[in-house]
Amino acid sequence: MRRWEQYFTPQSLEEAIFLLDKYKGAGKIIGGGTDLIPQFRDNKEESKYLVDVTQIPEMKEISLLEDSFVIGGAVTHAQLAGSQDVYNYAQVLAEATVCVGSPQIRNMGTISGNIVNAQPAADGAIALTALDAQVHITSADGEKVVPITELYRGVGKSKVDSTIEVISKIEFKKIDKVQNVSSAFERLASRKALALPMVNVAVCLKTTGGQFDWARIAIGPVAQMPFRPFLIEDELRGMPTDEESIRIIAEEVSQLVQPRSSKLRGSADYRKEMVKVLVGRALMKAIARLGSEPY
Amino acid sequence: MTVLKMKLNGKQVEVEIKPSDLLLNVLRDKLGLMGTKEGCGEGDCGACTVILDGETVTSCITPALKAMGKEVITIEGLSDGKELHPIQKAFVEYGAIQCGYCTPAMILSAKALLDKNPTPTREEIKTAISGNLCRCGGYEYIIAAIQSLIKP
Ligand SMILES: Cc1cc2nc3c(=O)[nH]c(=O)nc-3n(C[C@H](O)[C@H](O)[C@H](O)COP(=O)(O)OP(=O)(O)OC[C@H]3O[C@@H](n4cnc5c(N)ncnc54)[C@H](O)[C@@H]3O)c2cc1C
Ligand code: FES
Ligand code: FES
Repeated sequence: MRRWEQYFTPQSLEEAIFLLDKYKGAGKIIGGGTDLIPQFRDNKEESKYLVDVTQIPEMKEISLLEDSFVIGGAVTHAQLAGSQDVYNYAQVLAEATVCVGSPQIRNMGTISGNIVNAQPAADGAIALTALDAQVHITSADGEKVVPITELYRGVGKSKVDSTIEVISKIEFKKIDKVQNVSSAFERLASRKALALPMVNVAVCLKTTGGQFDWARIAIGPVAQMPFRPFLIEDELRGMPTDEESIRIIAEEVSQLVQPRSSKLRGSADYRKEMVKVLVGRALMKAIARLGSEPY
Repeated sequence: MTVLKMKLNGKQVEVEIKPSDLLLNVLRDKLGLMGTKEGCGEGDCGACTVILDGETVTSCITPALKAMGKEVITIEGLSDGKELHPIQKAFVEYGAIQCGYCTPAMILSAKALLDKNPTPTREEIKTAISGNLCRCGGYEYIIAAIQSLIKP
């Protein structure tokens, strides 16, 4: 196992940025370490200075504002899965984060690590993609805000350079039933715990008078990054929210995606079929949640 | 070298470590606490589970310095040296231990659950131990042992 030389635990974002700036590329942010430490173990990581952001108070908060959420960059999956606010106003994120790994992994792993590790089926990132999350990235040069969909360079490759940049917080509009907006997450895996998804799907949608106003659909792992079928999302505006339309939409999405065959995660054909099933289910579930009955 | 200060099983300890040490190795190799086991070393099997500030973590992928100033509980911290802890007793009584390799970690996952939620449902128990693999496969006995601790 390759090892880092020094380990810092700054108490503020400024201090974290200062350290990264000081080491000019030889340092790196660590959150829970659930991706990074195994990478050291596999000799794939060689940063000399680790900067742990999990003790920075403002990065550990979940804030529900008037019409949006602000999630601190070091918030863990367990925090999100256990938050009543998230359950009420961003259910897709609660449902996705409770699927991550195991209780231990959820206690350690952070939402920013899930984004920067850039796996195309990372559960938290799939949910945030459907939520159209805006990611706040801070470096010595200042802060920028980038939509999550623009943060990917390829499988396992993020545009966030965690040797110089920190995700300080993540923001998205709250999902409010009162405004006819709802969300849902569906996942297929070989076991209920400690199994990476064969397919996962997150949706957020708004309806008006029995028709789709808009819907955002995020699917993994069917492309190099969390996949949004933008064309189909455009087409479905104004379509009725009945079973027949959902069947058509799910079929079209399934035609569009190009999953790869994997010995662990199933053949391409099987996964295409499962994309259809899961997209259908997620849409149905989100729509049912707008009804008066709890779903 | 650097000094890790933490509250370990109720006592304040100071131990000299390398900044790159993992919590598992500090516990086993520097502090001689062999109850914490290494299985996979990758966060998958849960054999190395300890409780860090009330939450279970897999110590094999936890940098030791994450415990700085915090409270760590390992299996050695449960019994007072004379009597077994009630969870340990229940595991013995219900035959929830076969080879025993997963047991210390399994008991700590049960403890973290019961400390927060003294009346868990069967589903909640299953979730709480879902990150602890038992290669002997005696899950039903483990669940029964934990259920026996729920006070009506
Ligand atoms: C046993 C096991 C099971 C798992 N199961 C799942 C699963 O089911 N679903 C899933 O999606 N993932 C899973 N994972 C992967 C992992 O737990 C998640 O991706 C987790 O969210 C990573 O977060 P972290 O804080 O641990 O990241 P770290 O390992 O700390 O960091 C990962 C990367 O992100 C960067 N980074 C971290 N925080 C920041 C920040 N604030 N700003 C900038 N860069 C940052 C780091 O520099 C590093 O490059 C699993 C991992 C393990 C070990
Ligand atoms: S040894 Fe740590 S999880 Fe397997
Ligand atoms: S008792 Fe043998 S691994 Fe669980």
